[in-house]
Amino acid sequence: MTWWDMLVPLLAAAVQSGTPILFATLGEIFTERAGVLNLGVEGVMLAGALAGFLTSMWSGSPVLGFAAGGFFGAGLAGIHGLVCIAFSGNQVVSGLALTILGIGLADYLGTPFIGQSAPGFVPVPIPGLSEIPAVGAILFRQDPLVYVSYAVPPLMWLFFRNTRWGLRLRSVGEYPHAAAAAGLNVSAFRWAGVLVGGFLCGLGGAYLSLAYTHLWTSGLSAGRGWIAVALVIFAFWHPGRAVLGAYFFGGVMAFQFRLQATGTHIPSSLLLMLPYALTVLVLVFSSWRGRGDRAPAFLGVNTEPAE
Amino acid sequence: MNSPFRIVKREAPLGWGVCLVISGAVLFALGIGMGMLSIQGKPPLSGMGLLLQGAFGSRWALEDCVGKAIPIYLCSLGVAVAFRLQIWNIGAEGQFALGAVGAAWAVYRFSALPGWTLIPLMMLVSFAAGAFWGLIPAFLKLRMRANEIIVTLMMNYIAVFFLDYLVYGRWKDPASFGFPMTPTFPESAVVGRIGGTNLNWGLLLCVVSGLIIWIFFRHTRLGFELKAGGESLQAARYARLPYENLVVLVMVLSGGLAGWAGFIEASVTLNRLQPSIMVGYGYTAIVVAWLARLNPLYIGIAAFLLAGLRVGGENLQLEIQVPAAFGEILEGLILLSVLASSFFIRYRFTPRRPS
Repeated sequence: MTWWDMLVPLLAAAVQSGTPILFATLGEIFTERAGVLNLGVEGVMLAGALAGFLTSMWSGSPVLGFAAGGFFGAGLAGIHGLVCIAFSGNQVVSGLALTILGIGLADYLGTPFIGQSAPGFVPVPIPGLSEIPAVGAILFRQDPLVYVSYAVPPLMWLFFRNTRWGLRLRSVGEYPHAAAAAGLNVSAFRWAGVLVGGFLCGLGGAYLSLAYTHLWTSGLSAGRGWIAVALVIFAFWHPGRAVLGAYFFGGVMAFQFRLQATGTHIPSSLLLMLPYALTVLVLVFSSWRGRGDRAPAFLGVNTEPAE
Repeated sequence: MNSPFRIVKREAPLGWGVCLVISGAVLFALGIGMGMLSIQGKPPLSGMGLLLQGAFGSRWALEDCVGKAIPIYLCSLGVAVAFRLQIWNIGAEGQFALGAVGAAWAVYRFSALPGWTLIPLMMLVSFAAGAFWGLIPAFLKLRMRANEIIVTLMMNYIAVFFLDYLVYGRWKDPASFGFPMTPTFPESAVVGRIGGTNLNWGLLLCVVSGLIIWIFFRHTRLGFELKAGGESLQAARYARLPYENLVVLVMVLSGGLAGWAGFIEASVTLNRLQPSIMVGYGYTAIVVAWLARLNPLYIGIAAFLLAGLRVGGENLQLEIQVPAAFGEILEGLILLSVLASSFFIRYRFTPRRPS
């Protein structure tokens, strides 16, 4: 086997295992662009994974499950909106609490289903495109959810860049006082940011239980939500760079699994460390280069309640 | 905005009303928990009763609560010190793990020493190990401007896998029949029990460190600077406070205290190192620190109550088969509702005058 024969399946696996991270990263970018920091991604993802899994198991429809994951994610993120937007609570602490709640919910409701399986998504090659050498095998022999994920970054890019609503949402994150003075309803835009972002994070979770594995285990998200939060900084809040980051991390995760499967002499705990150590490195590198000042100026800052 | 009320910032502090608001929020969260029980077809009221009784209903249960509160308290005290300076140290879990590893290293390296030297040595090494794990994110924050929330969090995962690596490999007890655990500690490495009770001397460590931190914030110049630095970074920079040094100090203390929690758990609870030492005390510590508004005394109370939630949750699992994660859900709910309720501490509603 040549290195080329090994590289193509590895890249295909990178796209697959990067997809849940991509959904979550895009979700968090959307939320943060509106000026809300939601550190609950890990919890929202895990709860979305469970909601997707249970819905698919009971209804027999993975499509319904995927949607359920998104809506449950949005609902859970709504709690964050309630605490931070309506009651101006501390965004950092609320997000952490949301993670604790989401992990707790997934453990509490999911325990009876550990090891059970649900109908999920299987790869569907796209006729024609999948025949392109290398690229076809990497990008177009995936499951339908991956194809859905291809559409999200360009749509988000267009939304932020070319639509009135996108510009308004960004202005709420950059300078809410000016936005309010211009007559925008700051809270409404922040709510939209939190709910849509939560929806995308929930989709990322549902991807894990419906396409990545087809069965339920506890701790399915394994820190991917946190990696997504870090990738937002790496991506400088741009959907395009998020794709890059997510597939890179998907690649690292896929590589680490493959290496374990070959029975190397490196202990598995050290291999498992790899993605997290790399996250720190990537974060350090991008904060050092980008100097962190590309964040929306009012990220994490609550606005005073209206009088 | 046609609501009949206006939201106005409170000029005077609320005083005892704060207690009322917070207990109201906790009750609200417990109410939601009861709702969840009844949806699952479990009796909500007697379920809560079983939770409380399991946590605080007997001498054995109370001692168990204190035992679990000790590591939570130490982690939380450390987390609170960092939060004072608005440094978001989410890494108590990893610093705890490294503290346990440090303590175990001291035991296996110097196992021949008598208890009165071995235990202080374990304390020293575990503090240093935890502090080291706290210094890395401090350094990356100051030099590379890397967000400490993510770095400390990722370092939790790294620390836990490092502990696994030792326990499954290098330090595995050859006589453990393949179970991932290290050899048991000698008698001289085990922190003793207090009198005829089931409580260990780790309690004293909590009281002493709590007092020191309290005095530090209340009566020393450095402690005052720290508080000032946390309240307004801008003002602190104007006053030329040594911000970088404060960050380093805070992370050393924070990590070291969490390291001590790991030392107590390894020494008292398990007498060895094994993966089950990681039960999320480091994350609960964040909840505790915030509920206690970063005050060392209140942290003690909150640590005890949240330890009760864990102990009571175990009882609930035993008696009516509710998964122990129920306690975790309550933890999240309580924190969220207390956070939301703080709105009523800062603002009040006044009726809108008809105009």
